[in-house]
Amino acid sequence: MEKRVTFKGWLLPLLLITPQVVVTAVFFFWPAGQAIYQSAFIPDPFGLKSQFVGWGNFQFIFTDPYYLASFKTTAIFSLSVTIVSMGVALWLALMADRIIKGAATYRTLLIWPYAVAPAIAGVLWLFMFNPRIGVVSWYLDKIGYDWNHVLNSNEAMLLVVLASAWSRISYNFLFFLAGLQSIPKSLVEAAAMDGAGFWYRFRTIVFPLLSPTTFFLLVVNIVYAFFETFGVIHTITAGGPQQATNIMVYKVYSDGFVGQDLGSSAAQSVVLLFVVGLLTILQFRYIEKKVHY
Amino acid sequence: MTTISLKDVKKSYGKLRVIHGVSVDIHDSEFIVVVGPSGCGKSTLLRMIAGLEDISEGEVCIDGKVVNHLEPMDRNIAMVFQNYALYPHMSVFDNIAYSLKIAKTPKSEIKQRVQETAELLQLGDYLHRKPRQLSGGQRQRVAMGRAIVRRPSVFLFDEPLSNLDAKLRVQMRLEIKRLQRKLGITSVFVTHDQVEAMTLGDKLMVLNDGRVEQFGTPVDLYQKPGSVFVAQFIGSPSMNIVPVSEGQRLPNGAVVDHMVRSPQHAGELSLGIRPEHIDIDPTSDVRLLIEMAEQLGANTLIHGVLEGSTAPLVVSMPGLHTLQSLDASIGLRFQPENCHWFDTGSGNRL
Repeated sequence: MEKRVTFKGWLLPLLLITPQVVVTAVFFFWPAGQAIYQSAFIPDPFGLKSQFVGWGNFQFIFTDPYYLASFKTTAIFSLSVTIVSMGVALWLALMADRIIKGAATYRTLLIWPYAVAPAIAGVLWLFMFNPRIGVVSWYLDKIGYDWNHVLNSNEAMLLVVLASAWSRISYNFLFFLAGLQSIPKSLVEAAAMDGAGFWYRFRTIVFPLLSPTTFFLLVVNIVYAFFETFGVIHTITAGGPQQATNIMVYKVYSDGFVGQDLGSSAAQSVVLLFVVGLLTILQFRYIEKKVHY
Repeated sequence: MTTISLKDVKKSYGKLRVIHGVSVDIHDSEFIVVVGPSGCGKSTLLRMIAGLEDISEGEVCIDGKVVNHLEPMDRNIAMVFQNYALYPHMSVFDNIAYSLKIAKTPKSEIKQRVQETAELLQLGDYLHRKPRQLSGGQRQRVAMGRAIVRRPSVFLFDEPLSNLDAKLRVQMRLEIKRLQRKLGITSVFVTHDQVEAMTLGDKLMVLNDGRVEQFGTPVDLYQKPGSVFVAQFIGSPSMNIVPVSEGQRLPNGAVVDHMVRSPQHAGELSLGIRPEHIDIDPTSDVRLLIEMAEQLGANTLIHGVLEGSTAPLVVSMPGLHTLQSLDASIGLRFQPENCHWFDTGSGNRL
């Protein structure tokens, strides 16, 4: 006996999934197909005619030192953003979970930054750290540090990481707080009676029980750092100085629409497509198995 | 050797007071049961002893030492929670060994002590399982094991049997009693089940609305309930309480019994009599209109009202009876030596 609720015919279910299929087709399959198709051509800058080159574009990007450097930049950037935003969010959530008075206000304030769009967040940080007029750079100058992310590539990386992580903290905070509150209080109390201090309890009880949330956030944050940080990079550094913050997704844009090399840009998109697919499969296949208790 | 004493312990949440001054002395290796209806503050009281709740006023002393401001871990107390609070990601072994690991006990000793505890609780075959792979009774035992393995000076139980089915509950009740006797550890057990309370406790504390109604041995509480509340709470089915007016008259005007003498008292009187202390006497003026009969096997509970009034009464008759096998009304005789008298206003025993 089939226990699930099933449809009798096939027309209604087809009709019901049509909107989702259409959206996916128009906004994913079509562009992705176009990218794959175009990655085999080199069009002229005006798009009037294009020349078939086969794997040529791929051969070109994988021998291009700037592109290979972009891989490394992306890895450093994504990992840093994920670690910073999740680390800070977890710490804030742990603290927010402990306070009793004014908890609602405190939590609301912590969730607010999520409403700020990435590009706006980028501009905010840009103003604060502007080497000439920025508030933070002024104070840094006072204590004898010469901040100039326009010239210093490490400082540029630090700034885009901070800006990207900052706008993500609220989102992570929300999930971590919900995760913490779903851990039965009696477990923590039992551990306290067993003699475990706050950090020992966190390490042996709270963090393991939080692992489904942590895993989910890890996936979501890495994907965020890969793609949605475009606005931040674009407003703060535009990939500079000297390509130091040119992550893969930004390089697709800058090579294609600034450098007018559409073939290379398309090939990079295809690579990105594979990287993300691989990342997601790896995460769900191997890590998810270990987080269930 | 561990004694616990509470001195006028109070608990308030803001302006709301939930515990109104509880004082009690618990002797070494005594098993105390705190019993009362839901929301009477019994769990709060237990959590204050454990150190999981702040004490608003008064003192909690363990072995004569005030522990009000000691962290739970520094009180050397073990607690069994209502939902067992087993760590779901750890095996039974790790659950039991958790406190020993914190105390930095040597590995070989941990292994040996966990083994011993597991043997004691018949958990030997389950040490490598996760809590979700265990039945309710086994989880309960793991929770007990976690408490025992530390060799604490005090055991606290917060309604540990309420999640088990009726048969298992009786079995675990006996096991807990047996273990406590064997280990001789001072224990406080909280429950809302009066049968559990009667069978487990060396002494019972009946709590009602944050106040101690009565503290004493189960037999004391059963034979000499200090108030109408205790009288009706302890014993199943609960005690009948009938208002009695001057000249020992019941609500229907009949005289209770010429043998029964009420104490000298200015206020309104209530008579308490347990269902098993009422005899059938066809010649009696006190008659019960039968409404329902519950057959319990060894005896039958007859529910009805006193003839000529609306006062309900329950009588326990030996043997099996049905509505059909009984007359519409029966004559009753209250055993004079088992009559309890209460002041109707305050509910206190006279």
